[in-house]
Amino acid sequence: MTDIAQTVGNTNIMTDVDESQQQYLTFLLAGEEYGVDILRVQEIKGWDTVTQIPNTPEYIRGVINLRGTIVPIIDMRVRFSLEELEYGPTTVVIVLKVESDDKSRIMGIVVDGVSDVYNMPDEEIKPSPDFGSAVDTDFVKGLATVNEKMVIVLDIDHMCNSDELSNIDSATH
Amino acid sequence: MTIDMTQFLQTFYEESFEGLDIMESELLNLDVGAADEETINTIFRAAHSIKGGSGTFGLTAVAEYTHVMETLLDEMRDGRRQVTQESVDVLLRSVDVLRGMLTALREEEDLDSQSIGESQKELDVLLANGGDAVASGTTDAQTTDQVQQSEEKNTGWKISFSPHINMLKTGNDTVRMLRELAELGEMELTANVENIPDFSELDPEESHMSWNIHLSGDVTEEQIREIFEWVDDECDLELQPIKSAPATDFDKQPEAAPATTERRSSSDRRSGDRRKASSESASIRVSIDKVDELINTVGELVITQSMLGQFGEAEEFTPEHIEKLRDGLGQLERYTRELQESVMRIRMLPISFVFQRFPRLVHDLSGKLDKQIELKMSGEGTELDKTVMEKIGDPLVHLVRNSIDHGIEMPDVRKENGKSERGVVHLNAYHQGGNIVIEITDDGAGLNREKILNKAIKSGLVSGSDQLTDEQIDDLVFHPGLSTADEVSDISGRGVGMDVVRKNIRSLGGAVDVKSVPGKGSTFSIRLPLTLAILDGQLVTVGKETYIVPLVSIVESIQVKQADVNLINGRGEVYKLREEYIPVVRLYHMFGNTPLSTTLDDGLLVVVEADGQKMALYVDDLQGQQQVVIKSLETNFKKVEGISGATILGDGTVALILDISGLVLLNKIAGVPDLSVIDGGIEAA
Repeated sequence: MTDIAQTVGNTNIMTDVDESQQQYLTFLLAGEEYGVDILRVQEIKGWDTVTQIPNTPEYIRGVINLRGTIVPIIDMRVRFSLEELEYGPTTVVIVLKVESDDKSRIMGIVVDGVSDVYNMPDEEIKPSPDFGSAVDTDFVKGLATVNEKMVIVLDIDHMCNSDELSNIDSATH
Repeated sequence: MTIDMTQFLQTFYEESFEGLDIMESELLNLDVGAADEETINTIFRAAHSIKGGSGTFGLTAVAEYTHVMETLLDEMRDGRRQVTQESVDVLLRSVDVLRGMLTALREEEDLDSQSIGESQKELDVLLANGGDAVASGTTDAQTTDQVQQSEEKNTGWKISFSPHINMLKTGNDTVRMLRELAELGEMELTANVENIPDFSELDPEESHMSWNIHLSGDVTEEQIREIFEWVDDECDLELQPIKSAPATDFDKQPEAAPATTERRSSSDRRSGDRRKASSESASIRVSIDKVDELINTVGELVITQSMLGQFGEAEEFTPEHIEKLRDGLGQLERYTRELQESVMRIRMLPISFVFQRFPRLVHDLSGKLDKQIELKMSGEGTELDKTVMEKIGDPLVHLVRNSIDHGIEMPDVRKENGKSERGVVHLNAYHQGGNIVIEITDDGAGLNREKILNKAIKSGLVSGSDQLTDEQIDDLVFHPGLSTADEVSDISGRGVGMDVVRKNIRSLGGAVDVKSVPGKGSTFSIRLPLTLAILDGQLVTVGKETYIVPLVSIVESIQVKQADVNLINGRGEVYKLREEYIPVVRLYHMFGNTPLSTTLDDGLLVVVEADGQKMALYVDDLQGQQQVVIKSLETNFKKVEGISGATILGDGTVALILDISGLVLLNKIAGVPDLSVIDGGIEAA
């Protein structure tokens, strides 16, 4: 796992030079393939029991102990209002580094399974069409086609800094 | 050649602040009139290293300012100047100004040029008067000259540079300096070779030449000075701007150049920007002993680990092994605990870090109030957690101010009452159990109970008919809006202080109380937990979840029957514990999880108290008590109402720590309106 962290660190320096070529890790959720910037992925681990946190939205499954750090876990199916699925052997937690204005935080997302890693130049990621109010595309950075399949590229910073997950609301208390 | 200086900058600041503290405390130790040479030396050395360091880091404003202080101290050291009360006061003020400058530079804020200017003027005046009148007189005149000069733009400089004979021996290279000078602008130079001895007498390591240099171009004094910085004491350097006439003797010369200084600090600012956030809060000085201890323990731990590792490799597991395994595990436990303790000790600092600011405070206050006060301190070596230390400073200052302002009487009053004219304030710190106790004792008048009571009745805090014990009256001083000072002074007496003190100390998980004997004095004692990172907790379970209740908030745990609990309006449950009605809060209600049972008979009530309010938490069961390491939920998530943090249990799972005062609040707004009635009832009781 340290290896992953190190590679992530190294590639970070490289991409500073080459911004156009980015790698994305994709995962499966209700049959669709979603992509996240691979540099944000800290590690991938199997689903384990969590400690529930009272009075939080349902999609926050709880917190886990990740080598001494308390990390919140978000269920992506519930987050996207998809039909819930029994957690199985392929259910994984992707631990991500989320950047917000003032600091970076570690969060985990529960997905159906990990799929692949793709190279996707920025220009191949097309903005998603406007569905009006019917579909919430707030967290979608864009759509890309890889091997004739569509990948939905997520903007995790936006997704994980929404009100319920960050301190924005508690600061007013 | 390019060394990243910013990495040392933080250390420079830390050392400078330490130096300032030393200067301050030594200045206070100075006996006016008969100053101890060693003391002055210590102050001088501190000032000197701040000057040197700030010069190296290009903090010109600080270097120049300190230079004036240094000159003053130098004269004192050489006995050319009397140590007067006035000069000590001026120096103390300049320590404050310098501290302000350094803080501003570190925080990358603008310098308070007004106060710096004022203080500099004060120092200059002091330098000009008294002491070696001839030397200091010229210094003063030149200072003003230079301020004007540096604000003008010069087209060039006439520089006369004559190295002392031994300059080369200290490893300085004239050629290099002249080459650097040439880079600044167009340079014409004439060498003066008159003094060179005959070849037979010539020692190549001695310097006999001097130069007259004509440098043209937009060059600032600082740039030139920087080149000659290292040979400051080993050459005669004269700078003469080509526009204005008066000659300046740079060697002795402090000078304030606001414009250029400002520019420099803003470029420092840019380069330091990124580093700032991370390095600012996070540095602590640890004594080498503590580190050695840590290394020792880790060494032992490694040995134990390898011993235990052998069991994994053994082919068979015999009863003998079990015996050894038990031994090994016992050792492991012991070393782990030792390791934990040593690591915690790293965060511990002696309380003298807080105490050392008081001599100055007492000095200033006694002067201001015309009282004679002696400050005694004991137990300065008592250690406590750095975080606690940072937060206890202000409440302590407030208490000490109060003791001096309100407690200690004026000298004539003291004499009348048969006490020594000199009042004593005693600061004491010691460990007691898992707590640290800090006491502030004064031998003043003690609390005026009559006055406090009258004031409390007047402001409606207590009714006239209430019979209060002496302790209860004394405790009223911590109530908001009560001040017994006849006149509100800028030192204390606004009546907003003591309740804030109590609030702050409570927020650290501590307590403060007062004992007072009329005519003899009063003692404020503060009791604080040693650390904020670890908490004694009681594990409770609700359904499948485990929560931790801070042991300090638990009053008692009781088993009750459903019948003992009354319902108010059919909703709010109350339990009568002795003479009090306590609201019952079912934790599973509040947290929305599934308990093992919902009948009170099966579970337990944990009576907790926060902010003076009691509450009975209904839980399924009590587990053990243990010390838990507090982890913040906010690091990666956000604050959750009713939860103060989380911890990791022995089996690696996460348990949430309950925030009792948060729960009290949560209970009020949780939509059981009936409970507010009960709350009122309790307060009246």
